[in-house]
Amino acid sequence: MSSLALDKPAPQAATRPARDGWRSGSYWPFVLPALLVVGSVIVFPWAFTLWMSLHEWQVGGGSSFVGAANFMRLFTDLRFHEAIVHTLVFTALAVLLPLVLGLFSAIVFHQNFKGRGFLRGLFVMPMMATPVAIALVWAMMFHPQLGVLNYLLSLVGIPPQLWVFHPATVIPSLVLVETWQWTPLVMLIVLGGLAAIPTEPYESARIDGATAWQTFRHITLPLVMPFIMVAAIIRSIDALKSFDIIYAITQGGPGTASETINLYLYSVAFAYYDIGYGSAIAVVFFLMVIGLACLLLWLKQRTKWTEVGVGA
Amino acid sequence: MRLRQLLNRIGLWFAVLMIVSPAVMFFVWMLSLSLKYEIDNAAYPPVLIPEQFAWSNYAAVLESNRFGTYFLNSIVVTGSATLLGLAVGVPAGYGMARMKANKSAVVVLIARMTPGLSYLIPLFLLFQWLGVMGTLLPQIIIHLVITVPIIIWIMIGYFETTPVELEEAATIDGADRWQVFRHVALPVARPGITVAFILAVIFSWNNFVFGIVLAGRETRTLPVAVYNMISFEQLSWGPLAAAALLVTLPVLLLTVLAQRQIVAGLTAGAVKGG
Repeated sequence: MSSLALDKPAPQAATRPARDGWRSGSYWPFVLPALLVVGSVIVFPWAFTLWMSLHEWQVGGGSSFVGAANFMRLFTDLRFHEAIVHTLVFTALAVLLPLVLGLFSAIVFHQNFKGRGFLRGLFVMPMMATPVAIALVWAMMFHPQLGVLNYLLSLVGIPPQLWVFHPATVIPSLVLVETWQWTPLVMLIVLGGLAAIPTEPYESARIDGATAWQTFRHITLPLVMPFIMVAAIIRSIDALKSFDIIYAITQGGPGTASETINLYLYSVAFAYYDIGYGSAIAVVFFLMVIGLACLLLWLKQRTKWTEVGVGA
Repeated sequence: MRLRQLLNRIGLWFAVLMIVSPAVMFFVWMLSLSLKYEIDNAAYPPVLIPEQFAWSNYAAVLESNRFGTYFLNSIVVTGSATLLGLAVGVPAGYGMARMKANKSAVVVLIARMTPGLSYLIPLFLLFQWLGVMGTLLPQIIIHLVITVPIIIWIMIGYFETTPVELEEAATIDGADRWQVFRHVALPVARPGITVAFILAVIFSWNNFVFGIVLAGRETRTLPVAVYNMISFEQLSWGPLAAAALLVTLPVLLLTVLAQRQIVAGLTAGAVKGG
């Protein structure tokens, strides 16, 4: 339909003589607007954060250069150290559980059954729903007296828990929410991998009389490994950065028992308005995220002998 | 042999049930909470379907004149950020795909990795300095951080798969680059643009962290507004659950209706993301 317009490009070209230069020119004009936007809302903040992390910043006042003082403060800030531990525990759990469950779900959804598309749609809903809205309902379900979770536990004879109201159980409880929410993403990625696996290895395995477990262990798992690694990378980055769920359910509490780096960063910058120190935390946090991503990318490279599927 | 097949079938359905039920049960419970009076929400053992539905919970949320304002704010912020994102992101994705400038996409990747808060500190100061804090402008601009990378990312992937031959033919016929893009590449890319649009809308709509810092009383988006309900109104579960459901309802509807596109977009983006 629009290709009709191609037959008579002359009048349009006449109204835009300046664009004649494009014919032999580059694609830069297409990229330029995005470059400006990315430059001003993404690259500029990076640079500015770095600059501010070297300054003491007073709201409404000026700023003074303090060198690495903000970064030195991190070494003696116990609350920051605790936040690192919370973040690492939370991230480790919130990566591993969705990976295991997501792999299992992907294998199930790779089978043929009635209503698969519809059920997959239901399964994906937690991931797309508004995190704050979900968090509010989880908070109600976690309620020790009125919450439905303790009732469900009582049905199977488990004593009631304090969930997010006790320092020892708060992080596992939040991981439960995160797992519920993000297992679908792992499932989708691994499902894409399963779809790309050729059928020949399975046929020869069947002829050789391999058991279902052997087939999974020696054929499926190695072949989808690159996809599992991709899921692990994305999940790690997202778990490290997790904010909405934690903030809306516990605000880092009880006390600071579930305060991750991201939440501490928020408090420092926007509750105490300690902008310089907050920027220093942001820089260190950013480096941690990049570092973890690079580590996992390196691990992924080591599994690239099964690269066949990755081109998908 | 048939018995074995039957057992496999039962096992599969049991597995499907186990996997899907947490998601389904959660949203059913959310609906139940939102339709119960306080006395039913506080009952033990919990009540799933009450004798009387508390439609008043929804009425209370919808009637509060602020809900309309916040809904409108969400529409304006998400709408503007998505449309602006498409306006700059689609041509950029096209340009990058044709230039084979895949390395420049690393910026997009890093943007995805960066914690949202680290954009917030400098832009917050900038907006204060510009004196635009009382308006929706700061949120529209900062939501570009969400929409632009998603759109560029998906569009690069999409334009890489669309045939170049057609574009070359148009060039030989005398069309300039802009015309080729406008009349050849763009129509072919419509499905890709749909995917980018849907995902940008969902992630922008859901965003919370930018709003809690940048939104004032009049400029809150729905996620921020529903969060503020806990702190400023009495903790009554029914209306709170009703509000939560209303906030996420547009996204859930979109997810169910456009499930295929969403899955395609997320899988493509994710797999390329490695």
